[in-house]
Amino acid sequence: MIINGVQIDDTFAEAFNMRGTRVIITAQNHKWAYNAANAMTGFATSVIGCGVEAGIERELDPSETPDGRPGVSILMFAMGSSVLMKQLENRMGQTILTCPTAAAFSGIDGNERINLGKNLRFFGDGFQISKQFGGKRYWRVPVMDGEFITEETTGMVRAVGGGNFLVLAESQPQALAACEAAIEAMRKIPNVIMPFPGGVVRSGSKVGSKYKALFASTNDAFCPTLKGITNTQLSPEIESVMEIVIDGLTDADIRKATYVGIKAACELGAANGIKRISAGNYGGKLGQFQFHLRDIMNDKSLSGESA
Amino acid sequence: MSALTFTLKKTLVQKLDVSALTPDILADKSPAEVSATNLPYGKQTLRADEFFDISGTDSKQIVFENANAKIDYIGAGLKTGSITINGDAGAFLGFQMKQGEIVLNGNAADFAACAMAGGLLRINGDVGDFLGAALIGDKKGMKGGTVLVSGNTGERTGDQMRRGMILIEGNAGKYCASRMLAGTIGVLGDVGEYVGYGMRRGTLLLTKKPQMHATLQDCGTHTLPYLSLMFKSFSALPSKFAKINQNRVQRYAGDLANDGKGEILVLK
Repeated sequence: MIINGVQIDDTFAEAFNMRGTRVIITAQNHKWAYNAANAMTGFATSVIGCGVEAGIERELDPSETPDGRPGVSILMFAMGSSVLMKQLENRMGQTILTCPTAAAFSGIDGNERINLGKNLRFFGDGFQISKQFGGKRYWRVPVMDGEFITEETTGMVRAVGGGNFLVLAESQPQALAACEAAIEAMRKIPNVIMPFPGGVVRSGSKVGSKYKALFASTNDAFCPTLKGITNTQLSPEIESVMEIVIDGLTDADIRKATYVGIKAACELGAANGIKRISAGNYGGKLGQFQFHLRDIMNDKSLSGESA
Repeated sequence: MSALTFTLKKTLVQKLDVSALTPDILADKSPAEVSATNLPYGKQTLRADEFFDISGTDSKQIVFENANAKIDYIGAGLKTGSITINGDAGAFLGFQMKQGEIVLNGNAADFAACAMAGGLLRINGDVGDFLGAALIGDKKGMKGGTVLVSGNTGERTGDQMRRGMILIEGNAGKYCASRMLAGTIGVLGDVGEYVGYGMRRGTLLLTKKPQMHATLQDCGTHTLPYLSLMFKSFSALPSKFAKINQNRVQRYAGDLANDGKGEILVLK
């Protein structure tokens, strides 16, 4: 399969069951909503070292937020519910409670409710006030800038993490340009985040290492500087490979994001040095989900041509 | 199906307890059974059709016509459906009501919304004392639901109130929000003296600064973001409160004689 001169490999991305939640952060203006949300989703690129994978889903108008202020919605994913709850609480306490004018609200319904501000109320040292409106409980915690408002709980849902694709290009700037184009398109898709810096990861890994202490190490088969000395997956003209990892609320969301991302990258085409699109997997043995690239790119319902 | 309607035909001398005439209790009952419902009347117990002309069959909507202040316990323990009262209601209107809606087109006597737990109680008229209070001897009053009053309320409005909302378009009498434990009371008119007496927690929203006793203290003027959430929750209510849209308030806290975590917010 070739799109605009770019070869789409006959392979698949392997993804996993995760637990996810959405939180709406509001503030006096978008600048401070982003300050809060960026801090809350900072250092959350991979569950391996960060506990959770998190990112900003999109910007929200005042008309879309519970308190009528500008906001952003963030998504947060973890491998299990207990890690998600712990990380959410820690991050809320250190980044939203602390951020001037910021408030946090549940962004998703779900049978399972997890603590959002439930325990942060104790920061109020007895001066905290609970209020219930429309069946939802909110906490008002007195802080130095006024009052910190947070909903008590947010919903937790089953989600999918680890969708991905690789962009193989003739040069590093060209690989990055294709990834930037892909990310820009993918950020318009609801229910997904790309948790790595700028949405792009350059250090794809394989399982295992020559060092006993490490359980993952550099994916040498895709390292361009090792082409001559490993069992490489790269043809001679490939000089740089970058990956986009996608976490989403459902597998359909990830399929959609994968489609628009690959499409945007391929629009630059072979003329701009984009040669191949591939994906990372573990042979299909570890993950519960498989996203076959050619199947996704042939899916008419994703392209909007016909449903 | 037309609403199940009870039109008062007897001149009441004693208090009449109609707690048995709710949609939950009358569901699936035949007209004969409805007519035969026993109602306590003073020290007697008499059939419902001794007091009322009964028409209609839809027990999900009950209507009292020609009602007066001798009729107590209208909508007691209501769980579903609606009750409309044309005329006045006696004491304990909506007593321990849990869900559903009661609309009173007239005045209510004392202890309306006593120990109410949920639902909507609309009073298009005035109310007596102890609106939303606890049953005498209990430690907690109203613990949920919404009460809308278009007129005035008597003394001790929201006494020992624990949760929920009472919104009064008119005035409230003395000791408004006394011993309040939590929840929200709003008053667009005036409140009597000793407002917030013994108030422990909860919010009293006013439009004018009331006369305050020494253990209520000024905490300054603030723009409180939570008020946006609260006013948004008001916006669907059939009340003048739906139109409030500013969240700049003077905040008074108290009653310091009783823990002092309550607040009186006066809209600026």
